[in-house]
Amino acid sequence: MSAINQYIELYKSNSETINKHSNGILNDLRAEALKAVENGNFPKRGDEDYEVTDIEKMFSPDFGININRVELGVNPADAFRCNVPNMSTCMFFLFNDTFHAGKNAIEDLPKGVIIKSLAKAAVENKELVEKYYAKSAPLSHAQTALNTLLAQDGVFVYVPKGVIVEKPLQLVNILNSHSPLMVNRRVLIIVEDDAQAKLLVCDHTQNQDVDFLNSQVVEIFVGERAIFDYYDIEDSSEKTTRASSFYVHQQQGSNVLIDGITLQNGNTRNNYIVDLDGDHTELQLLGMAMINHHRNVDNHTVVNHRSKYGHTNELFKYVLDDKATGAFSGLVKVFPGAEKTEAYQSNKNICASEDARMHSKPQLLIDCDDVRCNHGSSIGQIDQNALFYMRSRGIDERDAKLMLMQAFMNDVIAGVRMENLKDRLRQLVENRFMDAKGSTCSHCMKSCQSNKK
Amino acid sequence: MLEIKNLHAGINGKEILKGINLTVKPGEVHAIMGPNGSGKSTLSSVLTGNPTFTVTEGEVSFYGKNLLEMSPENRSHEGLFMSFQYPVEIPGVSMVNFMRAAINAKLKYFGKEPLSASEFLKLMREKRAVVQLDNKLASRSVNEGFSGGEKKRNEIFQMAMLEPKLSILDETDSGLDIDALRIVAEGVNKLKTDNNATIVITHYQRLLDYIKPDIVHVLYKGKIVKTAGPELALELEERGYDWIKEEVDNAK
Repeated sequence: MSAINQYIELYKSNSETINKHSNGILNDLRAEALKAVENGNFPKRGDEDYEVTDIEKMFSPDFGININRVELGVNPADAFRCNVPNMSTCMFFLFNDTFHAGKNAIEDLPKGVIIKSLAKAAVENKELVEKYYAKSAPLSHAQTALNTLLAQDGVFVYVPKGVIVEKPLQLVNILNSHSPLMVNRRVLIIVEDDAQAKLLVCDHTQNQDVDFLNSQVVEIFVGERAIFDYYDIEDSSEKTTRASSFYVHQQQGSNVLIDGITLQNGNTRNNYIVDLDGDHTELQLLGMAMINHHRNVDNHTVVNHRSKYGHTNELFKYVLDDKATGAFSGLVKVFPGAEKTEAYQSNKNICASEDARMHSKPQLLIDCDDVRCNHGSSIGQIDQNALFYMRSRGIDERDAKLMLMQAFMNDVIAGVRMENLKDRLRQLVENRFMDAKGSTCSHCMKSCQSNKK
Repeated sequence: MLEIKNLHAGINGKEILKGINLTVKPGEVHAIMGPNGSGKSTLSSVLTGNPTFTVTEGEVSFYGKNLLEMSPENRSHEGLFMSFQYPVEIPGVSMVNFMRAAINAKLKYFGKEPLSASEFLKLMREKRAVVQLDNKLASRSVNEGFSGGEKKRNEIFQMAMLEPKLSILDETDSGLDIDALRIVAEGVNKLKTDNNATIVITHYQRLLDYIKPDIVHVLYKGKIVKTAGPELALELEERGYDWIKEEVDNAK
C-alpha cells in the first residue's frame, strides 16, 4: 500500500476540520488536489530524478498532523533571536505552520508591503491570493498536490509595484512538538514590477529528539525589472525530514537569486523549479550542503529558459563526510525562441570519507540555436597536494582539512548579495565543520530558552 | 642536526633512492645537484614526509629524533622547512589565515599561547620585507594567481615566518628570471645564521652564484656519487653531468 493512502484517508475523515481552520482559495482547491493525490504516487528511490531519495519512504511514517491547530508550545516571536544574519531584519515566524510577526516587524515594513498569515490573506487580500495561489505549483507533482490538499496556513509576502524594501526580511521557521509531527507549510511571495526585496529563511528544529516531516511549497512571482533574493537556510536536526518545492516565475528584466544552504539536516529533498518567462531575466541559483553521519541532501533544479536574453548562473557544492549521501540533479532547458540565452551550471563535490556517496546529474536540453550554455560536474576528494602543503607548514591534518573544506564553499558564499550575511555564513560554515556534531544555531536557540527562564 | 643513513625510498613500489648518506651540521649550506630523474625531489619529499613516497630502508635523525616517525606537521614544528618546487594554489584560503594557522600550530606544539591579531600582523609585515612581498599578495588566497616568481618569493616569505632550523630549497631557481632569483637568494641569505642550515637542491649552478654552498653533492641514480667543495658546482656547470655518469657507470 502506498504511503499516500494514509493522507487520503486523513483528509477524507477530517476535511471539515481542515477547512474550518483555513480559508478561501486554500479550501477551494482541495477537491481538485484530492483528485490529483488519488491519481498520483510518491516517487520511489530509483525513479528518474530520484536516484537517491525515496519520497515514498519519507512520507510513510505515521506522523501526527495538527489539523486542529492546537498551540504546541510557547510563541517564539517575543524571545527568539536568530543569530544567522548578524544584522537587523524584519523578522517573522512560522511556528510549525502558524504565522507570527516579530516585534516591530510590521511597523518597519515600507508602506503597502504585506507579510501575514496566508490563511488570513486568503480573506483579507482575496483578489491577490486568488490571482497567484497554486498558479505555478502543479498538482501533477505528488508532494505539491499533497501540500495543496493539506496546507492550512503559511506565509503571504507582497511587495507592491516600485517599492524597495531596504531592510532584509527574515522568516524563521520553527518545528516544535513533543511527538512526531508533519507540517504542511505554504508560502506565497509576490514581488511586483520594479520592486526589490531580500528574504532570508531559516529552518530550525527545536526538539532534536522528535521526528518531523516538513513538507512545504513555496511559490514566488517576480514582476518586470524586480530584484528578489531568497536565502533558504536549513539548520534543522538529524530527525527532520524536509520535502520542499519552490516554483519561481520571473518576468522580463527581473533578477532573482536563490541560495539553498543546508547546514544541518536529516533527510532533505529540495526542488527548485524556475521559469524565466520574460526577456532579459537573470537568475543566480546557488546551493551548498555540508553533510555528515547518515544524513542525505538531494537538490533537484529545473531552469526553464522560455524567452530571449536570459542569463542563468547555477552553482551547487557539497561536502560529504562519514556515511552521508548527496544528490544533485539539475536541468537547464532552453525552449525554442529563447535565443541569446546564457546558462552555466556547475556542481562540485568533495567526498571527505570513503563511505560518503554523491550522485550528480547535470543536464542541458537545448531546443534553440544561438545560445551559450555549459555544464559541469565533479566529485573528488580533498586536494592531497594542498593538504600536504599545509601540513608541511605545520598545520595539523584535521585543521588543514577543515580549512580546505571551508575554502571549497567560498565561491558559493561569495555569491551572497548581503555583505553581513556573507561574513556570517563564513562563520557558520566554519562552525559547521569544526563542530560536526552540534548544531550551529542550536546554541542560539538554547540561549533564547535560558533567557526566557 | 640532520643525519641520513642508507636511505631507500620509492613510489608505487619503484625504488628511487638507493642508499643515501648525508650529514648536515648547523651553519652549513649544502647543494645537492644532479641530472633529471636522479632522485633530488624524491629526497626532499621524503624528508618532509610526503605520504606519496614510501621509505623502505634506512634512518633519518633530526636533532637526535627519528624524523621518519614524525608527521609532516611535527617535522615542521621541529624546524624542517621545504620551499616547494611547485607551490600549491589553495583558492579560498587567504595567506593571512594560512600563516596564522601555521604559526599558531607551532606555538601550540611548544605549549605557548597563540599570537594576538596585532602581533601576528606585525610579524607578517616584518617578514614580508625580507623578500619584498607585496601586501596585496599577502591578502590574497594562497598562491592563487601568483606568477612563478611571486610563488617562490612567497615560499621564502613562509620560511622567514616559520624560522626553520633546516631549509630545503627544492629547485627554487626553476621558473625565475634573474631579478626574482636575486631577490629570493638575498632573502635566503638574510635568514642565514650560524644555527640554521640550508640544503639547496638544484639542477644548475646559477642559484649557487647567489647562495654559496659549503659542500656540493651529486646525486645520480638514487645515490650520492660525489661530494666536494663549491668548485664541483663550477665544474659541473662547465662539463655537464655526463662525465660523472660515465665514471659511475664504468665503475660497475
